[in-house]
Amino acid sequence: MSFDNAYESLLGHEDSHWAFGTGFSEALSGVNREFPAGVDRDDIATYCLMLGDDALIFSQRLSEWCSRAPELEEDIALANIALDLLGQARMLLTRAGEVLGKSEDDLAYLRDEREFRNVHLAEIDCGPGPGGDFGTTIARLLVFSSWRLALFSRLRGSADPVLAAVAEKGLKELAYHRDHAAQWTVRLGDGTDESHRRMQAGLERVWPFVDELFATHPVEARLAGVAVDPASLKSEVDGVLEAVFSAAGLSRPADTRAARVAGMAGRDGVHTEAMGYLLAEMQHLHRSLPGAVW
Amino acid sequence: MADDLELRFERTVQADARIEPRDWMPDGYRKTLIRQIAQHAHSEIIGMQPEGNWISRAPSLRRKAILLAKVQDEAGHGLYLYSATETLGADREDLTLKLIEGRQKYSSIFNYPTLTFADVGVIGWLVDGAAICNQVPLCRTSYGPYARAMIRICKEESFHQRQGYELLMTMMRGTQQQRDMVQDAVNRWWWPALMMFGPPDSESTNTEQSMAWRIKRDTNDELRQKFVNMSVPQAEKLGVTFPDPDLKWNEERGQYDFGSPDWDEFWQVVKGGGVCNAQRIAHRRKAHEDGAWVREAAAAHAAKQAVAKEGAA
Amino acid sequence: MSTSWPLWEVFVRGKRGLNHVHVGSLHAPDAEMALRNARDVYTRRNEGVSIWVVPAAAITASSPDEKDPFFSPSGDKVYRHPTFYSIPEDVPHL
Repeated sequence: MSFDNAYESLLGHEDSHWAFGTGFSEALSGVNREFPAGVDRDDIATYCLMLGDDALIFSQRLSEWCSRAPELEEDIALANIALDLLGQARMLLTRAGEVLGKSEDDLAYLRDEREFRNVHLAEIDCGPGPGGDFGTTIARLLVFSSWRLALFSRLRGSADPVLAAVAEKGLKELAYHRDHAAQWTVRLGDGTDESHRRMQAGLERVWPFVDELFATHPVEARLAGVAVDPASLKSEVDGVLEAVFSAAGLSRPADTRAARVAGMAGRDGVHTEAMGYLLAEMQHLHRSLPGAVW
Repeated sequence: MADDLELRFERTVQADARIEPRDWMPDGYRKTLIRQIAQHAHSEIIGMQPEGNWISRAPSLRRKAILLAKVQDEAGHGLYLYSATETLGADREDLTLKLIEGRQKYSSIFNYPTLTFADVGVIGWLVDGAAICNQVPLCRTSYGPYARAMIRICKEESFHQRQGYELLMTMMRGTQQQRDMVQDAVNRWWWPALMMFGPPDSESTNTEQSMAWRIKRDTNDELRQKFVNMSVPQAEKLGVTFPDPDLKWNEERGQYDFGSPDWDEFWQVVKGGGVCNAQRIAHRRKAHEDGAWVREAAAAHAAKQAVAKEGAA
Repeated sequence: MSTSWPLWEVFVRGKRGLNHVHVGSLHAPDAEMALRNARDVYTRRNEGVSIWVVPAAAITASSPDEKDPFFSPSGDKVYRHPTFYSIPEDVPHL
């Protein structure tokens, strides 16, 4: 079968450049996988689970938009973002698994809810389910990607070579995600009365979950030099959000924060009620057929 | 003069050259193309749903990534094809309304349910495989933009087919339960896959004119036979059987003989009576309607920006 | 208020030294989004790639045969006719 056409004339036979139909290769081949000396490996594993679960669970939520987006072009864009995050999750779970003696799939499918370390912002329903709409989804994407971009830009200097490499690779992706969210925030904030109202409501919906992003967990505190202290990101992220809100004519929601549960939240494995359903759906098939190969 | 145009059109088509958007073309040719390409685009978009049904439950992260990327590809295919219809004067918004109002069709195969993860593999292998048989000849179809869209789509579909087959091979190496899932999925999808080539030539109304215009290049029955010939050895290699007692090699013809699909079921599903017809359309309708405020907002913002720019100039 | 977005033609330079080539079209509300959509739809966000997006309505195209007075009804509406004419000479079967 011959496919000679305009596309081939662009790049000869090298088509890794095109968006569709290419495979998934080892993203981190060649990266040194030694663990840094003088650091508790279990802490590194836990930290990888935190950042990996954020990406995995948010990706799971974003992929719910597949075939449900407002326009085909946006369907493709959201799927790209979900795929980027899934890729980040896989690298981070794989790294955690190197300490824990487990595969990425063991960690994704066989951990119970209390063992997931993601922030609540990643797991709540922001649409297309009843918990939100496209505006809420964009609000979450804006906050999440602004925060994670700031985090990854510092994580590039991590003493753990794998975390540093994951951050380096993820940085460009996250910059794109943040840009996508910012573009939409401005359009929805400025577009029509309805879109302004919905975008503002989306921000109000996600705002109680923002505070958790900047709370330093004991594991992060212990991993100085390896992990990024999220408290150090606050002013940068605030500045970015402020600029977007201002361009969009939106107001920053009043600072409310969801109460912790006996002092605990997502990083401690204490989640919202939505998480159980999300995991039930995600893990069901894998758990139903023990010993199966996929 | 009009005769000249028609003659030139006929000569171009006969010479196997491409008709391009600004060329004169008979109204019937334009209408047939818009209908066919739109149906094809709709099929890609509705086709996102049966497989999309398994993205959230994919049993490994690798399979989840592959499946999400594949369903995303279908959106891209739909987009390329809607673009091709727009070179003929159609409008995506209008075609989408025709789809959700049930005034235009899409491939009936997508009205069948995906019941296990093996269905994802079988869709890749048999449904995408049948689509490739249908579509490869379209890479040489007489209308340029359609042919070019098909070249890219076929390339990606053949990749999907390999992915689907690879999933099934992996599952066949797994547990007995997995092998049973694969065989069950094959049993459910084989006949609907054969129906994808359309009714038998003796009952097909559109084939003759489309062949003359070189929009279509092979008859339904020719393509169906080709598909069966290709699929049987693949099934043997995989270790599954097709649910057709009449399927056997015919030495004389040098081809496989095979039974006839249940055309009553075919027409029932085409006419809206499939398990998923209403669900598929409702899903697409909801996405389109729920997205209206977003599309409107972006258009409103662009209009405001344009005015502001004009004011500044 | 129309909710459908205008059509944009997408041209991609795959690598330095090559022309931008028409690769297809898409819908977007404005140029900024068209550019981003083009990267998502037509490329893998490869940074070496240069993309042009052009409102389809802004393209003026020649008639295939200028002597020909008979355009099809919408023949002058070039935005209905993304032209795909940048196919290089060395491409067979097209």
